[in-house]
Amino acid sequence: MPDQNGSVRIGVYVCHCGSNIAGIVDCKAVADYAAGLAHVAVARDYKYMCSEPGQELLAKDIQEHKLNRIVVASCSPHLHEHTFREAVLKGGLNPFFMHMVNIREHDSWVHLNHDPATGKAKNLVSGAVRRVARQRALEKGSVDIHPDVLVVGGGIAGIHAALTLANAGKKVYLVERQPTIGGHMAQFDKTFPTLDCAACILTPKMSQVKAHKNITLWTYSDVQKVDGYVGNYSVKVRKRTRYIREDLCSGCQQCIEECVYKQPKFYDEFNQGLGKRKPVYLPFPQAIPQTPVIDPETCIMFKSGKCKKTCVEACERGAIDFELKDEEVDIKVGTIIVATGFKAFDAARVPYYGYGHYPNVYTSLEIERLVNASGPTSGHVVMRDGKEPKSVGIIHCVGSRDENTNRWCSRVCCMYSLKLAHLLKEHTGAEVFNFYIDMRTPGKGFEEFYQRLLKEGVHFIRGRVAEVTDWAYDPSEEGKLVLRVEDTLLGMVRRIPVDMVVLSVGLEPHKDAQEVRRLFNITCANEGWFLERHPKLAPVNTFTDGIFLAGACQGPKDIPDTVAQAGAAAAEALALIDAGCIEQEPNTAYVIEEHCSGCKTCVPLCPFGAISFKSEVNKAEVNAALCKGCGTCVAACPSGSLQQHLFEDDEIFEEIEGVLAYV
Amino acid sequence: MSDLHNIQAAGKGGFEPRIVAIFCNWCTYLAADLAGTSRIKYPPNARVVRVMCSGRVDPQFVLDAFASGADGVLIGGCHPGDCHYQEGNYKTLRRVELLRRVLAAMGIEEERFRLEWISAAEGDRVRVVMEDMVAKLKALGPLELEHAAVIHGSGEVSREETALAGEEVAAR
Repeated sequence: MPDQNGSVRIGVYVCHCGSNIAGIVDCKAVADYAAGLAHVAVARDYKYMCSEPGQELLAKDIQEHKLNRIVVASCSPHLHEHTFREAVLKGGLNPFFMHMVNIREHDSWVHLNHDPATGKAKNLVSGAVRRVARQRALEKGSVDIHPDVLVVGGGIAGIHAALTLANAGKKVYLVERQPTIGGHMAQFDKTFPTLDCAACILTPKMSQVKAHKNITLWTYSDVQKVDGYVGNYSVKVRKRTRYIREDLCSGCQQCIEECVYKQPKFYDEFNQGLGKRKPVYLPFPQAIPQTPVIDPETCIMFKSGKCKKTCVEACERGAIDFELKDEEVDIKVGTIIVATGFKAFDAARVPYYGYGHYPNVYTSLEIERLVNASGPTSGHVVMRDGKEPKSVGIIHCVGSRDENTNRWCSRVCCMYSLKLAHLLKEHTGAEVFNFYIDMRTPGKGFEEFYQRLLKEGVHFIRGRVAEVTDWAYDPSEEGKLVLRVEDTLLGMVRRIPVDMVVLSVGLEPHKDAQEVRRLFNITCANEGWFLERHPKLAPVNTFTDGIFLAGACQGPKDIPDTVAQAGAAAAEALALIDAGCIEQEPNTAYVIEEHCSGCKTCVPLCPFGAISFKSEVNKAEVNAALCKGCGTCVAACPSGSLQQHLFEDDEIFEEIEGVLAYV
Repeated sequence: MSDLHNIQAAGKGGFEPRIVAIFCNWCTYLAADLAGTSRIKYPPNARVVRVMCSGRVDPQFVLDAFASGADGVLIGGCHPGDCHYQEGNYKTLRRVELLRRVLAAMGIEEERFRLEWISAAEGDRVRVVMEDMVAKLKALGPLELEHAAVIHGSGEVSREETALAGEEVAAR
């Protein structure tokens, strides 16, 4: 097929991409230059190569001009390599006889002057023309997709993704670090803008997860190790022990009742420390699973070994066992959905707002618990000093849009601040002030909710609060917290005395996001959010095939967006599973046996164990199924007997020399 | 912006260094893509050659680039610990250290050969590196390589002589 008449015939296509490329690069001049290069039979410039007519032009030329190599100079191969390989295939040519030149992202979009940009495009095309002449026909390999899925993180994103997949009949492992699933959403009181009760809409889904025959739920567990590749991941999960056997526990909570601590006295994580718990506890009443946890940090049995063990006596089913150890399980899955969520900004990082210093300064998450009927105060808004607030100041953008902390907008704070303003007013009748930089309400029903709040008599002051202080200027400020702020609408500095201050904290990546990212071999953006494959066209994919993102681990987002993204991630995983296999780039390494001297330099270089040594013939051998195509061994081979498909030595040498062939 | 104009315009009469940049597919190539989608402007001197991993960079590629007229060679890979293939970039680092000695022995100034870790998120880092490298190479002037032929000789000599006859290509 490649050489009907025994010679290399190259077609070069220079794309204008509208004016994206043609605005800077003289595409016609590049095509004219290419026409004069060795083996080039056809060279054209065209408005949009990726369009249907553009692709047809390619296919038609292959037929008419008997082309057997194609160079497309357009955008990044990460965007359209697939498109043009298909087009080349339609023309009856092996798709690996095509090479792309990136003259948009790497040229017209980053340079200002026509001549140097055009010169660069010519050089790049020259490199590609010389390279493509050396390219070989290749066949794509295919790997089977294991149908089971791992979902990491049991917040609303993980729950929704797991249920979607399980309902489609797929086996799902859902791994959650905390003792219960539910994530941040379980801590919220109401959701904006509809004011649905968060627990009412979340807990049924949590129970479904537990009851679903296709879901294996491991809470209080974390992923330790991930090996393998798309379709074939081996995952090691550590199940931390609760010291209570989940299979025996009936969830009666007698152990909590009978604990030697008659009163709860330890920091209650779920209620942000506003309430107390015992050493044996259930995070919240609707926790899933309904198995309590014994915290060895606070349990007397672990601290001193001398306890009456009333919990053990109380447990009729003998589920409590202080000797239980963490367990490790190995599973095989084909795809992974990472839904590890976010962490709320630590308000103590902005000392001028007095969090941790003034008792009546709260974070928004604490208020969620305070207004919640099942919260530590049963929904009565009383401050740490026992009084009900008569006035409340809500400070927006704490840990967001701030050069000193985080520069990004956390997207949800304006709306949840409005919601909390509404709830606080409803619960206490207090006068509520919102201090905002800009009011951001882009979402369905969001602006309407803002308008509603304006009518409810909530005060809005545009300005960033400078500080929260208890230093009173006059008697009216005595015993109050004073917010000093420049009201930018009035153009004056004001002092607003309030009883209670709420800090609307932003969203941050988890502290261990970097470790998690390395675990799954995915990328983080600068801020630490996991990076999607393409911001617009592949928002739930990662650069590692078979690993998808859902929810706030990819960036701050609200519940509807999180659920939508979780559904999308599940659909991406389903698409892979139902296809049954995935085509793989044929860029694996291979050994030219007659040149191999058996020096074994390559063997220890491969982190995937793809290279073995055949001692009977004294040659190295590459297992193509294990090879991931990095080419590290190829670069190390002293005799040049290791080569890499698609990145052969001679192809790269030609490209280097080609790009240096200045005109 | 005007500074950049000056940099690019000044090249018309003056020396414009030729740079071959070999970027890994997963980090630095994507960073350069990101620089593009972000419309970050940098000097147009580098020509990017894509490989899957910086570990694929055979020291001969670098020598070949210098022998073929490059004034500078830039290798871009993922940050340590971030390699898409776990540890390819560590292998690169080891090789590069050895290669630096070889280049020094050949009289090629160390600023001409550069290894940079640039992640997919660091579009602006591409600009910083390009600007810095171009400025340094301009200060150095063109690479005067007396022994270019010697380097070429150590490369794949037979390749130069292989005619690109169809049968031969197909036979490979």
